[in-house]
Amino acid sequence: MWDYTEIVQDHFLNPRNVGVIEDADGVGDVGSLSCGDALKFYFKLGDDGRIADAKFMTFGCASAIASSSALTLMVMGKTLEEAEKITNEDIADFLGGLPKEKMHCSVMGREALEASIANYRGVELPKSEGEVVCECFGVTDVDIKRAIAESNLKTLDEVTNFTKAGGGCGKCEERIQEIIDETRSSAKIIPLKVPRMTNMQKIKKIEDLFEREIRPNLKRDSGDIELVDVDGNDVYVSLRGACGSCAKSQITLKDYVEKKLREEVLDSLVVKEA
Amino acid sequence: MSDPKTIYMDNNATTRVAPEVLEVMMPYFSELYGNPSSMHRFGDQVGKAIEVARGQVADLLGAKPSEIVFTSCGTESDSTAILSALQACPDKRHIVTSRVEHPAVKNLCESLDRLTGHKHTITSLHVESDGTIDLDKFEKSLTEETAIISMMWANNETGVIFPIKKMAAIAKARGILFHTDAVQAVGKVPIDLQDVPVDFLSLSGHKLHGPKGVGVLYVRKGTPYMPFLIGGHQEGGRRGGTENVTGIIGLGKACELAGHMLQTENTVVRSLRDKLENGLLEKVTHTILNGHKEYRLPNTTNVSFEYIEGEAILLHLDQFGICASSGSACTSGSLEPSHVLRAMGVPFTAAHGSIRFSLSVYNTEEEVDFILEKLPPIIANLRAMSPFWEDRDKIAGGGSCSSCGFGK
Repeated sequence: MWDYTEIVQDHFLNPRNVGVIEDADGVGDVGSLSCGDALKFYFKLGDDGRIADAKFMTFGCASAIASSSALTLMVMGKTLEEAEKITNEDIADFLGGLPKEKMHCSVMGREALEASIANYRGVELPKSEGEVVCECFGVTDVDIKRAIAESNLKTLDEVTNFTKAGGGCGKCEERIQEIIDETRSSAKIIPLKVPRMTNMQKIKKIEDLFEREIRPNLKRDSGDIELVDVDGNDVYVSLRGACGSCAKSQITLKDYVEKKLREEVLDSLVVKEA
Repeated sequence: MSDPKTIYMDNNATTRVAPEVLEVMMPYFSELYGNPSSMHRFGDQVGKAIEVARGQVADLLGAKPSEIVFTSCGTESDSTAILSALQACPDKRHIVTSRVEHPAVKNLCESLDRLTGHKHTITSLHVESDGTIDLDKFEKSLTEETAIISMMWANNETGVIFPIKKMAAIAKARGILFHTDAVQAVGKVPIDLQDVPVDFLSLSGHKLHGPKGVGVLYVRKGTPYMPFLIGGHQEGGRRGGTENVTGIIGLGKACELAGHMLQTENTVVRSLRDKLENGLLEKVTHTILNGHKEYRLPNTTNVSFEYIEGEAILLHLDQFGICASSGSACTSGSLEPSHVLRAMGVPFTAAHGSIRFSLSVYNTEEEVDFILEKLPPIIANLRAMSPFWEDRDKIAGGGSCSSCGFGK
């Protein structure tokens, strides 16, 4: 069973803004029946040029429905310029995260939003010009390159999780790998040349960082943090002192602790509360 | 919502261990811990209990006790049979199977070249749109090079039954080894191996109210055989490794009970299944039955609710404690819907919205009524938010992903 967050479950069981806007200013229609999920997104602008109403119709799994529901709340009250800055990562974050295999649902949300804004402006999206790489799911090189750059994707599996490309017959896997290599080298994203760490080395480094930097820093604000366990790339921690009751503790965990761990130890580490 | 009572209709995934089965297993976890191979009476009494279980399994299948080899699961039995046949016929590298086999057979066949270092030709026979197989096509697929045929007795997703007796007879006449994965069939339909000339048959304990972690490979007397797990002399040298004593004893009891319950399975369970299936087809429009209505296990129904997606249906059912499964892509972690439904050519409007209910003798009519009450509003609710539901008259099965490679 998928490990959906409570926010995902809430938006799936009680989706917000389901429906159609008959006189919508913009409509974005992405996905298809055969591909297993589809989203039709509608918005209506108010007199102030901000999105006054947004609705969706979705065919798909729980995370597709939750992503759509989240998207309608996220765009409400925004200008189109503001709305178009929303990324799939933002949608996933809003939901408290999505299982990695389900990230394509958040991508579908971002694509529908983009398509609806393009529809409003009467322009064509660059996607239609791209080379279709994955025939099973109709994914172009433009889609793949964008996902690689936006979400810092490194492997074929990650590209499949985010875009579905390569998830069908698998014939396009080689081409996807080429695109990953091209995009990453041209973007000058040099793969971290960290020699592979053993578990012991990894845990040691994490412990050192906690003692040397993270704990002293939190202690300055009367807080503290305990390193509970390390399981694969998951770092389990427990907040202590003032941090334990601080409303901003989640931000501390992600924006400070996780960021620091990724910079100093391994960029795939994830901080979780034990 | 407080945790609702569980309504378990996912018995093709696994079954509850029958209380009678658990009872006979318990002493072998504690005081009767001897090793069945030991040269003392303390261990030997365990060895004797294993032989009782072997007899119970043989009785259910119409086999001789000496033809029963205990394994760890259905998958091990499948691997053992197929790899054994390939070693027994080293000059033959052709295998005939079907497109709807369980991954235990399907993925093994796809891995054979890598495993054995030899190139194999695999013929995966198509099935008809109702999941049945064409005997003519089957017979024509056999060649002088065919080492083994592996065909499931009954399909786990649809319950569709293959004509194993006829296929095995054709194979026998041609001198080709025949294996059947009967994991879903044993205990649900009568099986008499005196009458059905298969060489190998796989079954699994946890599918018939026995424990997990134990299976059986039936090997007909005289069939060339090579062990898969090589080690000690256990199972007459046919499967090394100390026996899973509690599992084996539980499986023996489960087989005995299954023999007694066959009648109930084919009357009471069948009529509950029919009530559920007919109720759903009646109450919910645009619902399709997947699989042949007659040539089918009595406990299984697989229906597709068009224009919606299976995972969403399952998670709503889960809110009511109802356990079922789906062939939708999203439930598996893969991006494609079930290979079984695709092989049957189920249209995309339906493949993603398939739900399987698989019943057991523990289900009741109240449970069926409860599902018939709860499921239709779930379907209506999900359809109300599906962009394809309102456009359903304009969609002809496939959707707009024109370049899709599915169903080819």
